[in-house]
Amino acid sequence: MWGSNARNAHPIFFHHALRGVNNGARMWTVDPRRTGTAKFADHWLGLNVGTDIALANGVAREIVASGLQNEEFIANSTTGYEEFVAFVEPWTLERTSEVTGVPVGAIRDLAHAYATAGKAQICWTLGITEHHTGVDNVQSLCNLSLLTGHVGRWGSGLVPLRGQNNVQGGGDMGALPNKLTGFQDVEDNEVRAKFEAAWDCTIPSTNGWNLTQMFEAMGRGEIKAIYCIGENPVDSEADATHARAMLEGLDTLVVQDVFMTRTAELADVVFPAALGWAESDGTATNSERRVQRVRAAVPPPGQARQEVGIINDLAAAMGDDDWGQPTPEELWDELRTVSPMHGGMSWARIEAEGGIQWPCPTEDHPGSQFLHGRLWERPVQGRLAPFSCVEDRPPLDVLTDEFPLRLTTVRALDSYNTGVQTEHYSSPIRTGEALSISTVDAVALGVVNGERVTVSSRRGSITMTVEVEEHLAVGLCHTTFHFPETTDINQITSDAVDPKSGTAEFKAAAIRIDRLPVAAGQPGSVVQSA
Amino acid sequence: MPDLYFGAADEATEVERAAVAEAISGFGPVVIRESERLVHAGRSRTRERRHLLLPVLHSLQRASGWISPGGLDHACAELEVPPAEAYGVATFYHLFTHEPPTSADTVHVCDDVACRLFGAGKLIEDLRDNGHHVKASPCLGQCERGPAVLVQRTAGPDLTVTTVDGGSSTTTLTAREVAVAIDGASSTPSVTLHQAGSDQLRLLARVGVVDPSSLKDYRAHGGYQALAASLTMGSDRVIEEIIASGLSGRGGAAFPTGVKWRGVADQEGRPHHLVCNADESEPGTFKDRVVMEGDPFSVIEAMTVAGIAVGAEQGWLYIRGEYPVAAARLAHAIGEACAAGLLGADVAGSGRRFEIHLRSGAGAYICGEETSLFNSIEGFRGEPRNKPPFPTTHGLFGEPTAINNVETLINVLHVVLMGGSAYATAGTERSPGTKLFCLSGRVAQPGTYEVEFGATLREMIDLAGGVPDGRELRAVMLGGAAGSFVGPESLDLPLTLEDTRAAGVSLGSGVIMVFDQDDNMVDSVRRIAEFFRDESCGQCVPCRVGTVRQEEVLVRLGSGSTIDDERDLLEDLATVMKDASICGLGQTASGAVLSAIELGLLTGPKSGDGGGN
Repeated sequence: MWGSNARNAHPIFFHHALRGVNNGARMWTVDPRRTGTAKFADHWLGLNVGTDIALANGVAREIVASGLQNEEFIANSTTGYEEFVAFVEPWTLERTSEVTGVPVGAIRDLAHAYATAGKAQICWTLGITEHHTGVDNVQSLCNLSLLTGHVGRWGSGLVPLRGQNNVQGGGDMGALPNKLTGFQDVEDNEVRAKFEAAWDCTIPSTNGWNLTQMFEAMGRGEIKAIYCIGENPVDSEADATHARAMLEGLDTLVVQDVFMTRTAELADVVFPAALGWAESDGTATNSERRVQRVRAAVPPPGQARQEVGIINDLAAAMGDDDWGQPTPEELWDELRTVSPMHGGMSWARIEAEGGIQWPCPTEDHPGSQFLHGRLWERPVQGRLAPFSCVEDRPPLDVLTDEFPLRLTTVRALDSYNTGVQTEHYSSPIRTGEALSISTVDAVALGVVNGERVTVSSRRGSITMTVEVEEHLAVGLCHTTFHFPETTDINQITSDAVDPKSGTAEFKAAAIRIDRLPVAAGQPGSVVQSA
Repeated sequence: MPDLYFGAADEATEVERAAVAEAISGFGPVVIRESERLVHAGRSRTRERRHLLLPVLHSLQRASGWISPGGLDHACAELEVPPAEAYGVATFYHLFTHEPPTSADTVHVCDDVACRLFGAGKLIEDLRDNGHHVKASPCLGQCERGPAVLVQRTAGPDLTVTTVDGGSSTTTLTAREVAVAIDGASSTPSVTLHQAGSDQLRLLARVGVVDPSSLKDYRAHGGYQALAASLTMGSDRVIEEIIASGLSGRGGAAFPTGVKWRGVADQEGRPHHLVCNADESEPGTFKDRVVMEGDPFSVIEAMTVAGIAVGAEQGWLYIRGEYPVAAARLAHAIGEACAAGLLGADVAGSGRRFEIHLRSGAGAYICGEETSLFNSIEGFRGEPRNKPPFPTTHGLFGEPTAINNVETLINVLHVVLMGGSAYATAGTERSPGTKLFCLSGRVAQPGTYEVEFGATLREMIDLAGGVPDGRELRAVMLGGAAGSFVGPESLDLPLTLEDTRAAGVSLGSGVIMVFDQDDNMVDSVRRIAEFFRDESCGQCVPCRVGTVRQEEVLVRLGSGSTIDDERDLLEDLATVMKDASICGLGQTASGAVLSAIELGLLTGPKSGDGGGN
């Protein structure tokens, strides 16, 4: 588990993982914090925030130096090995330890255990991707699987855990700036021609903008209208003040959501939508690419409507009456004609088989338990898997005397992201937002448990309650961001972005903590004993 | 009740922390903080340490006189056991207390069927009057010299206090003698055998003859010859001889020992375990105690022979918590055997590894049931498991396990030395060998007696000096509380497995408890019902509810109700408990009651003086 607190953030997945652990699977956790997930791990490696590439390169070098690489797989299924070996050569155990803070012996043990395991998986989440080097981080982990052949086999692989039940499905359907349905490239002329013929329309021939680029375009005045479906950028974007200003500057903002979010509050028009869960018919795709049926159990309340109906009526209002009122199943069957990986998945089959994993091109195809199995065919059909030489690049929001502490945002078990979907439930373990700091830092700053302090970054300042956490690494702070209405963490998070993915570096901000001026009788002066 | 979250309870005291650390030394805590950036923990470390929970609880109880919330919380943090679960374990046992102690010593006075015949009730009153913290206790396994007392002490070893001679109703333990024993921190010396010096003795031959603390003396009296012989013979041969001997389990179920061993030895999965069941808790039973106190090395040697035969490297000796003297002698014997290379990585130079872990129970009759015993060792509540699967395939830690009673195991030494067929010449054809019987109640010389199978009940009672003058035998409790009552008409019953089975009774653990015409049988039977109600683990409904209903009926019988009013209900309860309980406790909880009805022992309250009233 690398950069993932699955116990809190993916409790259902983690419950399955724990079955393996209870059956004797060994688990390593790589995380700056000893999280709830790490507590189930045989070994926790507490690396410095943003040094994942250094650690992965160090592990890779140790595998090669010890001769534990899978020569057969490397020779037949990969490219760029020689270059990669030369590239990671400087990452000795000692240097890796110096950069990451992880002891030499622990790096060696991890490398040897991973390389010699019969089956091994690397699971990760936002601890890997929410960095300005997010894509590079992922590639550095992919290198490890290519070195050892822990990919494309049952029980081995690379497992990015998705955030919601249907994040995968959103991508599958083509809600990406560079992909059409079924991950087919927008810039591929043949693909585009197929879709244009099927849909009787013209599709722009170049990739669109990702979310970060869209905000930049808003800043340049190139985007004047936004139709925002099921997203709450006012609370979820890093540097929230900037994001709000951009949305407020639009000519038109249309929001379609199941809740009246803070983004919806800014909108010119709000379309209340039926919930995807319990109020809609359709499918959802989970982290293991399993497409499952979703069924409506109750009608949506009030004026809320099925999203398909909203979109179709909007199309009609914009002058295109041909869309009709297809049922969700009819829409799905149309999708199967243009998305080869979904071709064999009729609703009847999905229902009968309890879900099917794509790719499933034909009705007699059983679906695919894992991807990249082709890398084990001899000779390999198609492109070989390339090693990537990725540089260790520290977080962009650098630590200085002015901002000496590293802040990373995390998640609690009972809340989800900006709280839109979870704030309506009460929870016995929800205690609100607090900034966790190490005992050493608390002593140095002279703050005590429960004290209100000012937390500042290069973007802004907010007031927060301090929670002193025993065993937290010195210089590290963390907080959730589930309560933006009371504590707007994203006013201080980093505005750095990974140019390759457009994802912001939520995991590494530089901050300073200042005590509030204490006046007797003020709420801020009331402190609990440590 | 403490708040069952980590860190929610009070802090553990220094004494408690030290106690926990000592109990888990050799394993260490689950979580190792190697540095600020590297922590080792994990499920495998948690699993490997869970069996330390029971020793840790003992350690806490001993250190501060109770299981304090802070101490429990600290233990849970060290072992990574959820506090709610550990609390469930700690509250399962009689000998763990959960309120701050009002006195350094708790005096447990046995008021069970045997001891209540000899003034346990009065002793309890006297001790309370003298300011002791007294708890009435189920059978303490000292029936030949009751009333018995177990003194549970803080920061010191527990004590067993009884009369020295025992048995004869002329001398009865007084409150003053208990106080003297506490002040002197000394247990009453072990009993001397009435059969001492007899050349007929096999199993008891060394009891009272050898120095129980001396390995050298044990060897001088033939000790460790059987281990040497078994290593020469090899495991297969040993098991063949056991099968040929016809040896069967002496704990009560009488399962053929050789068949059990063969089953375990043939399991391919490793590791295997050998468990010695020394949780001798059946009311009226004390034979294993006599062996463990008088000849502890024989138990260790027998376990070693058995463990190596079944392919086990780990042996577990689970002794009831009420036997402090026996536990101390066994612990000493294990230490001596280790030091002499007779246990450990290379047993007697054979290249075979065998280690013994001594575990003390904490006051729970149910833990004598083999699967409950496994759960207890593993650090869970001592609740029985469903069978099948049987221990031979899924025993301790879910691994193949041979579990035998103390008496069964020490027979093994003789089988190995004599050969199976020679062993079988003693006793009867279908009950070969000798048997230990526990004579108590109204006999002149209560105690442990060894005879060849085949002796009649009358001969056994006569061996123990017969019923004292002026008294007349009214009933005998045969086989323990889980056995049944028989009347004078059964005196000529040969006490063999086949004859008792044909007569519809059971030898059980070899209990022969004699009652006379003046004893209050309604009270005794009610005490048995109370015992089962108290000891039911509560896991399955027929037993949990049935034992309560049964006791209620017996209480009514003692206060005016007649057996004719209650017979149908008692028989109905008996059927349900027998048919539907998970384990032997519920299945046998009505045996004594039903047999008492049949014998007419419950026809009305007797005027006798025997009751604890």
